[in-house]
Amino acid sequence: MRRLVALPFAKSFQMAYQSIRVRFFRSLVTTMSLVLAVAFLTFTQAGNKITTSLVLSQDPAFLPVLSKIGYDVNPATADSTSTDNIGSSAKQRWIVFLSLLVCVVGIINAQLMSVTERFREIGTLKCLGALDRFIVRIFVMEATMQGLAGGIVGALLGALVACSESLFSFGLSSLAYMPWRAIGTIVLYAIGTGTGLSLLGVLYPAIVASRMLPVDAMRVEQ
Amino acid sequence: MSEAKKIVRVTGVTKDFDLGKIVVHVLKGIDLEIEEGKYISIMGPSGSGKSTLFNMIGGLDKPTSGKVFIDEVDIAQLDAYELAWLRCRKIGYIFQTFNLIPVMTALENITIPMTFAGVSNDAALQRGMELLDQVGLTGRQSHRPSELSGGQQQRVAVARALANSPAIILADEPTGNLDLSTGEDIIRLLKELSLQRNVTVISATHDYKMLNVSDQVVWIRDGRVDKIQQRDELDIKTGGLESAAH
Repeated sequence: MRRLVALPFAKSFQMAYQSIRVRFFRSLVTTMSLVLAVAFLTFTQAGNKITTSLVLSQDPAFLPVLSKIGYDVNPATADSTSTDNIGSSAKQRWIVFLSLLVCVVGIINAQLMSVTERFREIGTLKCLGALDRFIVRIFVMEATMQGLAGGIVGALLGALVACSESLFSFGLSSLAYMPWRAIGTIVLYAIGTGTGLSLLGVLYPAIVASRMLPVDAMRVEQ
Repeated sequence: MSEAKKIVRVTGVTKDFDLGKIVVHVLKGIDLEIEEGKYISIMGPSGSGKSTLFNMIGGLDKPTSGKVFIDEVDIAQLDAYELAWLRCRKIGYIFQTFNLIPVMTALENITIPMTFAGVSNDAALQRGMELLDQVGLTGRQSHRPSELSGGQQQRVAVARALANSPAIILADEPTGNLDLSTGEDIIRLLKELSLQRNVTVISATHDYKMLNVSDQVVWIRDGRVDKIQQRDELDIKTGGLESAAH
């Protein structure tokens, strides 16, 4: 006879969902830091793409505004060097990287606390026959849900702000040159990044917690 | 061979806690055999090591030396998977602090062990409702632990411990956080269930109410088994106390 211990996928999904719903406020705080970081990432990337496409359009209506902001609108150089620079200026990349770094540290901190306050729960689940990987799976699912929610909200927010900012500075006629497809790709990448960051934040505390002896997990004062 | 099966056998178990500067020897060599279907109380003053012994028997902690056999299987030899299976199917745990999952309802708390055991959702829900009836909590299935009193929470914990019809129920100070009459209710419930289902109940306690229902009392003192008393020996003792009080 195979000694079977199981946790069906649907059941672990339900447990993760329930846990988020009941601790809604805490989940919201964790998700908010993700929303902000992803929004910032999308905003800078999408803003760059929009400006680049406006520069490439060579529409005389935009040129004064563009050169006022500080872009090189000379057609001779615009399509070779300066457009690349708009997309990937070292300073901007550095700022985006820093904002993501701060976000990851924030998420790891929030997840560590949320795992720590559930040590007793984890110990109890292990007493009832949960394997280490059930525990990790529940936390990973929670993090994925938070990451997707935060990523989607953040990416849409960032794209929205980037679009409205260009509408504000360049006028309605800039709508014709909006690189919708590129913005869409950026939004998708940003959602992926957000989910990835959330998972990165939860993995370490979840694995540590799942490997504890039940008695150690339950000895923790609450 | 003896007539009754030995469900738990503990041989030469010691447990040291390394606190950095000093090493505390909590258990100093425990030998114990527990027969199937008995109601056992492990009594002793606090700090005597009864909770530590309880954790060893339940496979929640590893002994420093010595062996623990559950149903003639050495639990030190089990891998993580088999240990999880043992905790899931063979042993039901009841704790002093109830340890229900706070985000789940009473019924969900009871059905988790069945989910782990691979019982289908409908069957688990049905059995969960039956167990709730048995512990006297009919109609409370959708209450969260925070909406239940201490005694009710402990009843949910008893139902959860019974979910997979384990051979052993381990209860660590099950009445420690309950008032006198609620504690008596829980003890009576455990005793009834033990008789009905032939479940071995092992409880670590210093609650003297437990003595009346115990088949056997194991007294632990200073990390060693002090004495083991059978029920008939106890009756004489409590009888003597009662007559002295009159």
